[in-house]
Amino acid sequence: MRTISRTMTGLAACAAALLVTHTALAGELKLEKDELKLGFIKLTDMAPLAVAYELGYFEDEGLFVTLEPQANWKVLLDRVLTGELDGAHMLAGQPLGASIGIGTRGEIVTAFSMDLNGNGVTVSKEVWEQMKTHLPKGADGKPVHPIRADALKPVVDAYRASGKPFNMAMVFPVSTHNYELRYWLAAGGINPGLYSPADTTGQTGAEVLLSVTPPPQMPATLEAGTIYGYCVGEPWNQQAVSKGIGVPVVTDYEIWKNNPEKVFGVTEEWARKYPNTHLALVKALIRAAIWLDADNNANRTKAVEILAKPQYVGADKQVLANSMTGTFEYERGDKRAVPDFNVFFRYFANYPFYSDAVWYLTQMRRWGQIAEAKPDQWYADTAKRVYRPDVYLAAAKMLVAEGRAQEKDFPWTSDGYHAPHADFIDGIAYDGHKPNAYLASFAIGLQGKTANAH
Amino acid sequence: MTTPANIVEVAVRRRAPKRAERFSRLIARSGSYLALVGLGWLVPLCRLITGDEPRRQLTELWQELVVPLLALGCMLLMWGILAPRIETSLGTVPSPGAVWAEARNLVTEHYAERERGSEFYARQRERSAARLADNPDADVRIRQYTGKPTFLDQILTSLRTVFAGFVLATLIAVPVGILAGLSKTVNAAVNPLVQLFKPVSPLAWLPIVTMVVSALYVSNDPWLSKSFVNSAITVTLCSLWPALINTALGVASIDRDLMNVGRVLQLGWFARVTKIVLPSALPLIFTGLRLSLGVGWMVLIAAEMLAQNPGLGKFVWDEFQNGSSSSLARILVAVFTIGTIGFLLDRVMLALQAAFTHTATR
Repeated sequence: MRTISRTMTGLAACAAALLVTHTALAGELKLEKDELKLGFIKLTDMAPLAVAYELGYFEDEGLFVTLEPQANWKVLLDRVLTGELDGAHMLAGQPLGASIGIGTRGEIVTAFSMDLNGNGVTVSKEVWEQMKTHLPKGADGKPVHPIRADALKPVVDAYRASGKPFNMAMVFPVSTHNYELRYWLAAGGINPGLYSPADTTGQTGAEVLLSVTPPPQMPATLEAGTIYGYCVGEPWNQQAVSKGIGVPVVTDYEIWKNNPEKVFGVTEEWARKYPNTHLALVKALIRAAIWLDADNNANRTKAVEILAKPQYVGADKQVLANSMTGTFEYERGDKRAVPDFNVFFRYFANYPFYSDAVWYLTQMRRWGQIAEAKPDQWYADTAKRVYRPDVYLAAAKMLVAEGRAQEKDFPWTSDGYHAPHADFIDGIAYDGHKPNAYLASFAIGLQGKTANAH
Repeated sequence: MTTPANIVEVAVRRRAPKRAERFSRLIARSGSYLALVGLGWLVPLCRLITGDEPRRQLTELWQELVVPLLALGCMLLMWGILAPRIETSLGTVPSPGAVWAEARNLVTEHYAERERGSEFYARQRERSAARLADNPDADVRIRQYTGKPTFLDQILTSLRTVFAGFVLATLIAVPVGILAGLSKTVNAAVNPLVQLFKPVSPLAWLPIVTMVVSALYVSNDPWLSKSFVNSAITVTLCSLWPALINTALGVASIDRDLMNVGRVLQLGWFARVTKIVLPSALPLIFTGLRLSLGVGWMVLIAAEMLAQNPGLGKFVWDEFQNGSSSSLARILVAVFTIGTIGFLLDRVMLALQAAFTHTATR
């Protein structure tokens, strides 16, 4: 009898110990909503979502998340706005564009920047052969990087002289890709055209005609000959290499070093209604980001295996691995090390910096999507309306308290602005506090005060 | 009159020859049903076994079994020979073997996903128990598994959607068709609408349906999600017309004498419809419904692809977008699945028609 009761006590103690761990795991947040549907586009930078799901980080926060691929960025944004999706993997420009009414209007906020860099510009094989003759070569006979659009200009001129429009694609009017591609082209003296209230295609005065194509369809569209090149995230540049239909010429890391790429967006109303759920989501995503960058990308091979599942990105492992594991293949066989091609956590990658928001806003003005000149204060106010570092830091603080993150990995005292820098392909300096002065430094595009061209 | 002599005679006749006769009568009777399910070749085979006109049975067997098998074999052979020669950017077009392997793979994935599902529930129960012990008032509902729908799930979703759309189409098309068949006035009113909308492709309807459903339909019932309603209504809009036209035609071409009999008997309008109109128009109504279901199935796949609504169409589109080396094989598995299901649906409708109309003409 005594033995039995002793065993019982032992069991009870074990159970109690288990319970304590579990309570710690469950977190202390009282969730307003725990069944969530999150949208994503099939791109490697959706990785934090897939990782948080597969490694059980969402469940640890008491969240039951369904991840659902979306057809294109417009569908994704519309479904977040109608509430069919609770939140989604979004282009950095999307919450800003929606909030100031470029395209679909709606208040979107972001408390979590998903990654840095990760895009590339690919041109068709034919265009590449023509560009090559204008490229300086290094000692090893390979083209010197970064490749500037100066080499593309004579090719574009030749196409235009023979009456053929030079078409390229990006993924969405307010996408980072649109601004990066435009920046790269303009830095090489090619005019990508202006938007205006009368021209929502953004082709006024364009030497290269840009149009929208959903990311996964880029290779097929290039193959069909509808476009001569595109700017898109991974794996769709590496896919062109592996299919042998195109050559990536430049990565966005080279256009703007450590640029913010995707953010996790929810509607402002959703964030207000479900503050604890929002915090729990950001916590799970931060943990996923930490895992993705841990020990010098040691987990990336595992991440590639997750992403290769058909319900996530679904491309072949070796294609995904090309960019995710710190290399990037340009021309076939020309594989170079780009350790920071995908950054998910280091360099405070997840902190939603106001200065990054302001940069995207300057580009929206530069290319006419913002039709009127705005004062510097407007840029700062808009950034503060959309970017929510407060939520991010609150989530980070909880993770540090739980022992799941380290204090030194978060910019606790930042005012939200990066120090002025000139990490761009053309070396033009950027200070987030002075957007109008920045706009004045470009040769191509609208300046702060100039009226819109019609 | 049962005399002893009679009894002997009956007993003699009941022996073997009688059994064979009954067997062949059974074969003859089941022949039409077997043909329905694509097993028509069993008839000559059985007759051959009973030794009934072997030459004729052999010819029939040749036509009903051997020729179709040869054609299938030829297709597989041509496919096997030609596929490896077509080099796409995703590798060569997969061979029959690769497609078969991928089909098995999809089934394995289905079971793996189910396994993950039960692990998910186990984890959830564990967590719920822990939370309950911590706080007796904790909300510990069991949540639905949040994993991806497998290929088999997508098939079920598509079937559910096509049936919902088809039933809705039938409920509208048959009554309207009967009215149009009975009354020249109604027919004149309905006809221009039918002519106008019949040729419209589902892809043109889809955006409109999506917008209207989004505006009018507010429900979070997981069994009747918006995407399901969208697809089902698109199917309805496209499969309405064959059923409507055939019903109207069937009703309009009823023998005038039959209608006159109804009048003589002074049957009420409703009784006339149920006793005379429906029975005589049934064969054509079913022909219409069969066409409807076929159109509905084709439309559904296209609608799912375009609207990204769950189902086989979405599976095909997702695989196309994934662009992995196994994508083409997986898409081909879906193509054959779609074909097989379409064929089976058609057979089901034929069987229903046979069961309801007792007619030999199809």
